[in-house]
Amino acid sequence: MKVRLMLTCLCDAFAGEVGIATVRVLEHLGCEVAFEPNQTCCGQPPFNSGDWKAAREIAQHCRSVLLPETDDVPLVAPSGSCTAMVREGYAQLFGQHGPARAFELGEFIVRVLGVTTWPASKPYPRKVALHPGCHGRSLGLRDEHRQLLTSIPGLELVEFLQPEQCCGFGGAFAATHGKLSQGIGKEKLLNVLAAQPEELVGTDMGCLLHLKGLQDRDGGTLRIRHFAEVLAETLP
Amino acid sequence: MKASRVEGFARQLAPSTTDSVRAATVNQVVRRLAMLPQSVGDVEAARTAAAQLKSHVLDNLGPLLEQLEANCERNGIQVHWAEDAREAREIILRLAGDRRRVVKAKSMATEEIHLNPYLEERGFEVTETDLGEYVVQIDGDRPSHIVAPIIHKSLKQVAESFSREGLGPYSEVAEELTMQARAKLRSKFREAEVGISGVNFAIAETGRLVLVENEGNNRFSTTAPEVHIALMGLEKVLPRETDLALFLRLLAASATGQQVTTYTHFIAGPRRGDETDGPREVHLVILDNGRSRILEGPYRDILRCIRCGACLNVCPVYRQASGHAYGHVYSGPLGAVLAPALEGVAALGDLAKASTLCGACEEVCPVKIPIPAMLLDIRRQAAESESDSAPWAAYALGATRPALWRAGLTMLPLASKVAVHPMKSGWAEFRELPARTGRDFRRWQRGRS
Repeated sequence: MKVRLMLTCLCDAFAGEVGIATVRVLEHLGCEVAFEPNQTCCGQPPFNSGDWKAAREIAQHCRSVLLPETDDVPLVAPSGSCTAMVREGYAQLFGQHGPARAFELGEFIVRVLGVTTWPASKPYPRKVALHPGCHGRSLGLRDEHRQLLTSIPGLELVEFLQPEQCCGFGGAFAATHGKLSQGIGKEKLLNVLAAQPEELVGTDMGCLLHLKGLQDRDGGTLRIRHFAEVLAETLP
Repeated sequence: MKASRVEGFARQLAPSTTDSVRAATVNQVVRRLAMLPQSVGDVEAARTAAAQLKSHVLDNLGPLLEQLEANCERNGIQVHWAEDAREAREIILRLAGDRRRVVKAKSMATEEIHLNPYLEERGFEVTETDLGEYVVQIDGDRPSHIVAPIIHKSLKQVAESFSREGLGPYSEVAEELTMQARAKLRSKFREAEVGISGVNFAIAETGRLVLVENEGNNRFSTTAPEVHIALMGLEKVLPRETDLALFLRLLAASATGQQVTTYTHFIAGPRRGDETDGPREVHLVILDNGRSRILEGPYRDILRCIRCGACLNVCPVYRQASGHAYGHVYSGPLGAVLAPALEGVAALGDLAKASTLCGACEEVCPVKIPIPAMLLDIRRQAAESESDSAPWAAYALGATRPALWRAGLTMLPLASKVAVHPMKSGWAEFRELPARTGRDFRRWQRGRS
């Protein structure tokens, strides 16, 4: 199956490895992954900040590059946040639902490709805490990431308190509401650390950069990784 | 792009307040999760049905309220219409007349119209009889949660307040404090001439008022005094008694994790001819106060709210900031929509910024109010009238020109070191800046093809 990669601006800027891992994961499942170098941002930052004019301009660019009307190639992103923007945010922005061909990585693997057991060729012998990004709610995700992670030999998923709570990132909120964002993030980290995982795995770089930034400020050492990196690491 | 008042409040908040709020809200979230499926079965189906029914109510509000009025009058409940808070206060003042001793059951509608100070300034003795509201009153405080007014207080703080007021020997045992309040409030109930309450549901087909509570003070307040005055927001009407089967369960489970509240009152009028107790007059004041305007606008669905408080309990921002941070009677996700909807986006639109848009509020809402989408819309409205809106136009310029975008990315490591930008300083106040780690995707991708 041919798919288009939505790299996301955060992977573009800070986390190229997550993009690379996403491509490896999709290719391993037999997908042909196209990358459009003209892609930029989905427009969510101005959208969430109330500047819908700027958001529409960026969204139109994004749609023309990643969701061209000339084909129906699905779009896959290692981010529930960007996926939700394309699928739900654009509907609010333009007042109509577009074609729903954007998928979050875990969602795409489980729901579209029907792969529920991750074909790991190596074990991943670590205790992992999973923080699923909040945009899974608007995407209607359930336990896709959990399902794939627990199918990996050696990987032990640890449960922590209040898993439904946000990490406090919230895009521009992290900068404009720093104190609240910090308070929420520290609570998330405390709950996660209490479960004594060896690493924290998330599905969105926004959450992860925020949590890592908080942890680095306090001298914490928990390994923080993206879901795609875990899947890719078990591949040959 | 400025921070909201909620952030400002959180920055000066005592950590002990956050601790109190956290402990209580975490507990409520757990209780709600455990009870809801047990009580309503298919939670999703129940929420959908409740949302549809409340939408039906909003679509037929005029006829339903007329039906309610007619059936209330038939039952002997006198109905009064209040266009705004001032009119509601004046009606209640007139109805109370010379009867100066007032007991109150917990009611957010009376908070909304700021009834207590109004009556007190006019020589009334008003006693809040809900335990939490009573503590709020003796402390000269304000409720910080629509269901749990003193969620921001610790047991120790309550103990100190009771001791200060001379209610009994100092104690930090909740049961003992409750007994102290009970003894004090008993005499107030016996002396009271007027009881004022809110309304949880008003049934159009029968003209009955339905009130739920756990302490028994509602029953006392609405039956012991000669006059009972109930104040309700006009969206509280339900078509049929049978609708309660769903709504009483959803409300109890969502609000307090209960299958059913300890007391459910059905008020069908004043004392009848040969009856020996109950109020001689029952009045229903139906409050608009901006609701008709909301009904015609983009935030109409917020009027589906049944005031369960589940969105407050689950909200990460509410937990950090507490309800007082919102500076309005209605706080949390509900308040972030309802407060600007009632008072105007120009006045309170900044409350909508105080959200990570995580969507937990919509997920727990028993009537499926799309709160995050409304917050986004309020932000849009607020930004249009704001002079300090973020430089998103410049961002859009870069994000629609791929060459510019790529050049920006190349310069990012350097820029993040030298640039001065409000976003950067806001981020860096509490966190380390993100560093680019590992390989660059675009370079890797070019190398493959």
